[in-house]
Amino acid sequence: MRLLLNKIVLLLSTLSALIGLAFLAWILFTLIGKGLSSLHFSLFLNDLIDGGLRNLIVGQFIMAGIASLIGIPVGMMAGIYLQEYGRGRYVRFIRDLSDIMMSAPSIVIGAFVYAIVVVPMHGTSGIAGSIALSIMMIPIVINTTDNMLSLVPRELREAGIALGASKSRVIVDIIIKAAKVGIMTGLLLSFARIIGETAPLLFTSETSNYFSVNLTEAYPSLTVSIYALANDPTSSSRDLAWAASFILTMMVLMINLLGRYITRKKG
Amino acid sequence: MPIMSVEDFSFTYAAAPARSLNSINLPIKKNSITSLIGPSGCGKSTLLRSLNRMHDLYTNNEYEGRLMLLNETTLEMENILDIKKENEFIQLRQRVGMIFQKPTPFPMSIFDNVAYGLRLSGIKNKTELKDRVEDALKGSALFGEVSDRLNKSAMGLSGGQQQRLCIARAVALKPELLLFDEPTSALDPISTAAIEELIVELKKDVSVAIVTHNMQQASRISDYTAFMYLGDLIEYGETEQIFLNPREKKTEDYITGRFG
Amino acid sequence: MMEKLFKTLSFMSATLVMVLLASIFISLFNSAKPAIDEFGIGFIKEKEWGKEVPIDNPVSTVVDTTEQKKVEPAPASDDSLEALLGGGNDDTPMKTIYGGFIPIVGTLLSTLIAMAFALPIAMGIAVFLAEIAPKKISNVVGIAIELLAAIPSIIFGMWGLFYFAPLVQELVGGYQVSLLTAGLVLGVMILPFMAAITRDSMKTTPDVLKESAYALGATKFEVIRDIIFPYSKAGIIGSIILALGRALGETMAVAFLIGSVFSLPSALNSPTVSIPVAMANSFGEATGMKTSALFYLAFLLFIISFSVISVAKFYFLRKDK
Repeated sequence: MRLLLNKIVLLLSTLSALIGLAFLAWILFTLIGKGLSSLHFSLFLNDLIDGGLRNLIVGQFIMAGIASLIGIPVGMMAGIYLQEYGRGRYVRFIRDLSDIMMSAPSIVIGAFVYAIVVVPMHGTSGIAGSIALSIMMIPIVINTTDNMLSLVPRELREAGIALGASKSRVIVDIIIKAAKVGIMTGLLLSFARIIGETAPLLFTSETSNYFSVNLTEAYPSLTVSIYALANDPTSSSRDLAWAASFILTMMVLMINLLGRYITRKKG
Repeated sequence: MPIMSVEDFSFTYAAAPARSLNSINLPIKKNSITSLIGPSGCGKSTLLRSLNRMHDLYTNNEYEGRLMLLNETTLEMENILDIKKENEFIQLRQRVGMIFQKPTPFPMSIFDNVAYGLRLSGIKNKTELKDRVEDALKGSALFGEVSDRLNKSAMGLSGGQQQRLCIARAVALKPELLLFDEPTSALDPISTAAIEELIVELKKDVSVAIVTHNMQQASRISDYTAFMYLGDLIEYGETEQIFLNPREKKTEDYITGRFG
Repeated sequence: MMEKLFKTLSFMSATLVMVLLASIFISLFNSAKPAIDEFGIGFIKEKEWGKEVPIDNPVSTVVDTTEQKKVEPAPASDDSLEALLGGGNDDTPMKTIYGGFIPIVGTLLSTLIAMAFALPIAMGIAVFLAEIAPKKISNVVGIAIELLAAIPSIIFGMWGLFYFAPLVQELVGGYQVSLLTAGLVLGVMILPFMAAITRDSMKTTPDVLKESAYALGATKFEVIRDIIFPYSKAGIIGSIILALGRALGETMAVAFLIGSVFSLPSALNSPTVSIPVAMANSFGEATGMKTSALFYLAFLLFIISFSVISVAKFYFLRKDK
């Protein structure tokens, strides 16, 4: 009886894992099947207005890139404060807030940026989209930096101080270097996370059919356009949405795997 | 008469380049205490954990040779390495109990900790459970200290009490052989003395094999001692002989503290 | 000098988190203020969204009557259209009512379905990864599950709309876009996240504790039930609540499927709307009071998810406990 129960539970558990894998396989095969059949090299050369995806891919990368330029330094500095400078309750408080912010609904972040950027600027813009993504990114980077720095042994800090280096020098030259691999991986994963976001961009950057380097106007976004294209009844739009989804997912998964690879190789 | 007899026993960890134990031959005698000593990495814990096949919780480890366990009803020796079925493993582990380096109270009450193994073995009758738990706690010299808080969490006990609770938990199943893996290394001297006393007391009912770092402990409590080095059994004999009159140079060097 | 600057910058960055969260709270509240003033707390149980009703207390009766007289000769077709729109006529001063009941219920129900679907499977996967699978398989499957968790939610939505929903419809009937399909796709989306963090919690159980149970003759299932679950209980519950928080605030996986209609679902397989989806689909063209009402919804969602996550973090997942 005990053994039977044991067998049943182990079987159910293995079955769950198979279900999980089946979903992954189903989604990936759908993407590859639908995506590859609609994928064409010209998609990378033309903008959406001519039936291509070039402006959307570039736009998504530019917004995620700007978000990283804001989010990475701010997040890392905050992580450094939590681990190296701060003490006691304030650190715990900020850490908790950051954790909460990490789980805040992304559409709410979008609404917030709409209120503080889109409304005063009288319109959606690449800047607003980038800001929304950077707000998504900051707590993720804080979490990564905080965790990775906490793994650096205390002796390393003391050894640096004992050599007469200033605290900021020790942090920059020794501690960050020691935690480099983990932080790099974390940054890649956080970039992968924000580049696939849709909800915070819906009413901040919106999207655009044209190639644009002007960040003060509605800005091309791959994810927002996927949403629009997929809801469009024409089959050519849907095919384009699948191709875009395929490209987006591959980018996200590649960046993810790259991050894991770095950790495996050097960590 | 040995309760267990280790015969030409070798052991290799999964994916390890070399054997961790080389062709060990060793008897574990009935109603006596056998201690395994040797420097870190000599394989004494590996050997101990083979005796109830704890290694099988992790895959791809390799056993060679025989581990013969006395069947007390038929009085025949049976090779525990032949065990393949889950229920045979369960029986083996109920017959050969184990106490670990650090106390391992389960996240439940004191009573439930001791009753845990009993319940698993199918005892449901409340009075019987209560009696067996009390007996085990008394047998582990803990009953007096905890009798008024049996339903409180075991996590509230001191380290020494927790370790005696773990012994009670193992003893409750009435095992034939008890394996101790450095049971006092995480404890203070007073708790250590209490555990040592308890182990000596236990050998009336159960055979004991103990791995220890502490040579004084081995000489104080054990009847037989095996000295191991780099996966080999160097010397085995009565404790007195090993400590006072070792035959092997290595044993003497270790006991006199020249290495280790 | 450098030293001071570096330290100050790091302090300011950390403090920015607090400033940001406070700003989110304040700006959502401010933008929602007109709707909060207009509808009060009754907003959460008001079932109408965008219904025009006559203003109860007209400012001036004189203006009112003259305008009503003008309207009387209006053609019949107009009348029927007005009746369709909820009665009243052109010149009665009207106001539009916005209530949050339907999107709030939609959010809660879709999350509930997602949790009911994902929870048992996620627990199974976590147990498989932490306890059952040999190390190599556990690593490979673990990475696969984490990759599934990394797939952008919009992909789940699309796949759900075009592939999963038709299958569900075939099995249970009803509409393809419905509370049920939205909840299930949401469940598929939070499944890997829940499984991965639950596994991490289970893995904190010390090996030696498990071994002690095995040494008493416990089976694997008994070790999982009696040792691992009780030991990592707080972590597991925390993980489940975090996944719940994520499901509550998810937009894109649900947006394709829930139907985005402001009506109470009459059955599991009929369409409705959730807070994030209401925002995603109506925010762009909304103006005035409607925008404010959407902000009211966003504010409520923020409060709900803030509370849920706080419970998970503070009560169950305290890092430095």
